Amino acid sequence: MLVILCPYCGVEAEETELTAGGEAHLERFGPSSSDSEFENYLFMRKNEKGITFERWHHTYGCGKWFHAARCSMTMEIFGTYPAQTSKPPKKLISMIKKKRPEWGEGK
Amino acid sequence: MSSRLSTGGKLIDRSLSKEFMFNGRRLKGFEGDTLASALLANDQVMVGRSFKYHRPRGIVASGSEEPNALMETGSGSKLEPNQRATTTKLFDGMRVKSQNHWPTLEFDLGAINSTFSKFFPAGFYYKTFIHPRFAWKYLFEPIIRKAAGLGNAPKEKDCDTYEYFYAHVDLLIIGGGIAGLAAASSAVKSGLKVLIVEQNDYWGGRAIVDEINIENGSGSDWIYQQVKSLSNEKNVNLRLNMMAAGVYDHGYVLLHETLTDGSNKKMELRQRLWRVRAKQTIVATGAIERPLAFAGNDLPGVMLASAVRDYLVNFGVSCGDRTVIVTNNDDAYRTAILMKNAGLEVPCIIDARPSVSESLSKQVQSLGIKILTGKAVSTVTGSKRVEGVAICSHAGSGEVLETVACDCVAMSGGWSPVVHLWSHCGGKLEWDKKNYMFKPDLTSAPLGANGEGMLTVAGTANGFLISRDVLSDGYTKSKEIIKALTGKVPKISMEKAHSGDESEILPVWFMPQGATRKLKSKTWLDFQNDVKVSDVELAAQEGFESVEHTKRYTTLGMATDQGKLSNINGLAVLSNSLNVSIPDVGTTTFRPPFQPISLGAIAGEARHELFKPIRKTSIHNWINANGGVWEPVADWRRPFCFQRNGESIKEAVEREIVNTRTNCGILDASTLGKILVKGPDAARFLDMIYTNVMSNLKVGKCRYGLMCSENGFLSDDGVVARLSDDSYLCHTTSGGSDRIHAHMEEWLQTEWWDWKVYTLNLTEQFSQIAIVGPKARQLIEKMGVDGLDLSPEGLPFMGFSEGFIAGISVRIFRISFSGELSYEIAVPALKAQEFWDLALISGEEFEVMPYGTEALHVMRAEKGFIMIGDETDGTVIPQDLGLDWAISKKKEDFIGKRAQMRSFMKSENRWKLVGLKTIDPSVVLPDGCYAVDGESNSYGHKNMIGRVTSSYFSPTLERSIALALVENGPDRMNEILNFPNLDGSVTKAAICDPVFFDKEGKNQNV
Repeated sequence: MLVILCPYCGVEAEETELTAGGEAHLERFGPSSSDSEFENYLFMRKNEKGITFERWHHTYGCGKWFHAARCSMTMEIFGTYPAQTSKPPKKLISMIKKKRPEWGEGK
Repeated sequence: MSSRLSTGGKLIDRSLSKEFMFNGRRLKGFEGDTLASALLANDQVMVGRSFKYHRPRGIVASGSEEPNALMETGSGSKLEPNQRATTTKLFDGMRVKSQNHWPTLEFDLGAINSTFSKFFPAGFYYKTFIHPRFAWKYLFEPIIRKAAGLGNAPKEKDCDTYEYFYAHVDLLIIGGGIAGLAAASSAVKSGLKVLIVEQNDYWGGRAIVDEINIENGSGSDWIYQQVKSLSNEKNVNLRLNMMAAGVYDHGYVLLHETLTDGSNKKMELRQRLWRVRAKQTIVATGAIERPLAFAGNDLPGVMLASAVRDYLVNFGVSCGDRTVIVTNNDDAYRTAILMKNAGLEVPCIIDARPSVSESLSKQVQSLGIKILTGKAVSTVTGSKRVEGVAICSHAGSGEVLETVACDCVAMSGGWSPVVHLWSHCGGKLEWDKKNYMFKPDLTSAPLGANGEGMLTVAGTANGFLISRDVLSDGYTKSKEIIKALTGKVPKISMEKAHSGDESEILPVWFMPQGATRKLKSKTWLDFQNDVKVSDVELAAQEGFESVEHTKRYTTLGMATDQGKLSNINGLAVLSNSLNVSIPDVGTTTFRPPFQPISLGAIAGEARHELFKPIRKTSIHNWINANGGVWEPVADWRRPFCFQRNGESIKEAVEREIVNTRTNCGILDASTLGKILVKGPDAARFLDMIYTNVMSNLKVGKCRYGLMCSENGFLSDDGVVARLSDDSYLCHTTSGGSDRIHAHMEEWLQTEWWDWKVYTLNLTEQFSQIAIVGPKARQLIEKMGVDGLDLSPEGLPFMGFSEGFIAGISVRIFRISFSGELSYEIAVPALKAQEFWDLALISGEEFEVMPYGTEALHVMRAEKGFIMIGDETDGTVIPQDLGLDWAISKKKEDFIGKRAQMRSFMKSENRWKLVGLKTIDPSVVLPDGCYAVDGESNSYGHKNMIGRVTSSYFSPTLERSIALALVENGPDRMNEILNFPNLDGSVTKAAICDPVFFDKEGKNQNV
């Protein structure tokens, strides 16, 4: 039962208030894409063991989507940030690197 | 015999006697008794039968680890099976029954299994009942299920009340023994918000019984003082009768509080489930004594040494007149001394160790108790209860040296810290080589949201077995936690417990150490599930090397006590058989709940009408009072039809249809989703959301639209009205409003976040009332219109207007789901009932009748209109339903477009929408039945070529009609298909156009 800070309304939201939305920062592929590009976009997920960036929806709260950086092993939440971005904030990345020096971006 | 002594009993009040019934016998106990202590006080030593062999079973323990004494208490709506006698409070008039025997506890026919036990080894069921295959389901399983099994499930609804309670605290302390109380006292002084919980109904844990010494006073006095001063503090909550069931991620802890015993009155709260978020948790749950494994250790009268002591000190109950102690450690000597001092006989202490310390042996021998060192129990004699023990050398194979008569055997195999809560959420264990036990590995604690430890463990649960160390660990751990929470090192006056050292324990996993196979097959590890040393050895022999596999194969530790007593001895036996060390074998996984919790507590208030609250439209009460036959539609209730006196449901539906098609019908369509989409980019956004073009829709006009998922499948449909240049009102299906609103928001927020669009779900703000049928226009005009032109030119098909009807502000849409002249009128929800009433009054002369969802369904099927959820199931694309006209070819992109370009979406043999007419027009095809082509596939299954998606009797056409998805269906017009029925018969139906009625649309274009 996770507790995740919603970056919009500032509520420390319980998992029961939230809906998990899977991997964050997917790039959408539309009608001009190839079959394999589209397949990758629609179905293939990293499912990482360790640090993962994922989407959450504050369903029973402010109704906003946001992103969280979480360790899928320890459930540590490194931080949350608004969904209106195509990559995690630099500050968050450097904070994670500081805490987990063995973690490499792009991995 | 076991009996109540004339004095003693710290927890009972002898002035308040309680009568109770056990298996029809009237017995007496006292206030403060548990059911177990009261049974023992009445010499009821045998209390149940084991699971597999139906062996006699007695009370073994005094706490929640009890494996045998499971009772059925109460009756009717208060019946509770499998209640642990050791943790169930006695109350006046209590009715108790023992379980798992037939016909009686004393004489159980199932005990014959025990005689044949060598034919029932580990894995017996797997090995024996595998052939013939069909027999498992029909023969073996029903019989085994009847013979095995514990209590009976209650047949009546639970009449008790339960609730949830949410709490947020800085520090949660689980366990109210000396370590927990020390931690609470220190934390409270630091101003932290503390919750301390104890599963018993008294504070102090073992210190109450084991008379320890703290700061030159008695342990009991110290506990009393601690609780008293804590009670005066505002920032601490002390709760008894509260069991910590589970620890979960991010400091979430589930606590189960028992508020009243089974005698409670109606509406009095029975149990409360606490859902706690703690910044830090200290687990101070103590330890559980281990049984020793020797032949006959399952006989009633063989008990844990600590339990014998507990019954004596807490309840003034002697578990036997002559008690033999069997041990491998110093702790059991306390039992011997207390029993002797209470005037009871302790003929000898059988100690497996080669020697004991001089001071202890002097102390015991001065009381006249004989110590037999290096000895073991060869076997316990007796059939339904202990009659004596045969003693042998621990080093040998079990050759009997002497026999000692006794009626109770108090055993101690050492102690195991209660590490369950530490382990629930990832805490690791280490093997303590000195004390031969698993204890928490403090270097790998469960982690919280910030990646730091969220839980620690203190006192005996942390592996400290001597009171001096236990108390000091309580202070030390609280100091660390307070520092972590406040950032400051607290000043704590650490009070000291005084205790001498104890000699080392000798690891004894079964005795004697060279026990013969014969002895091992009578040596129990798991008392409830009948798992013996020989079973675990057999499993190891057969290759079950993993402890998790051995557990499942033998059922060791799978009983309701979840291996609290049995697991460590079982692991050790396994490691011995496999010739690897105990820590290498490891433990099985500790999973919540620590103790079973009731289903009532899990449900809490979510019962009856609160289980799933119903959404109600503004017309709900009227429908309820006027013959509406309810059916669930998403979270709503909608009327299937309006049944009149003496009318069948079928007749009601047909009447409603015929009347709507000839006169006029009125429908509460308020459950339709209504989503306002507004902003400069609204048109662009809806072009992405819908498969058809919405940007070119003219203001004042409506358009039917389809929505797909990104995977291309049809997800929802509905009519879109353009209210102004930058705002649209999107109607969704009744079940779809929340889902579609969320779908729109997800795309807006996470993909096109720079588009200027707002969405708003107005479903409950507006009621929608449909007036349908040839006389609909006349009816509305009769109600009185203002600012509206209802003429065919003024409000044409697929148009809408705003104005007033009967003085009520409305938005009126001329759209039709029935094929008739039809108006859907949106009114403010609070005005809906008034509008409905006025429509019925004005409609009287036009013979208006309300109609329900079934009439709606039949009429739309007659017109070949699809229904989301009937014609679609998540694998259907609009093209399958002949809706190509609603899919834009001009648009570059929309959600689902790329997916629909995939080759299999364009395949020739997709199942497509057709109509079906049965050859016999009176036969209605069953919903969902399949068409077959007469061929079979490689598995011998009939080839399916289509499926009925909607099927009705049409009163309009006076015949049955159906919609179906059929392989390449539209190209097979007039072909006759076979639909096999469940009874083996076959219904024949011909493929036809899915529009059965008024294809030209002359009824709606008037």
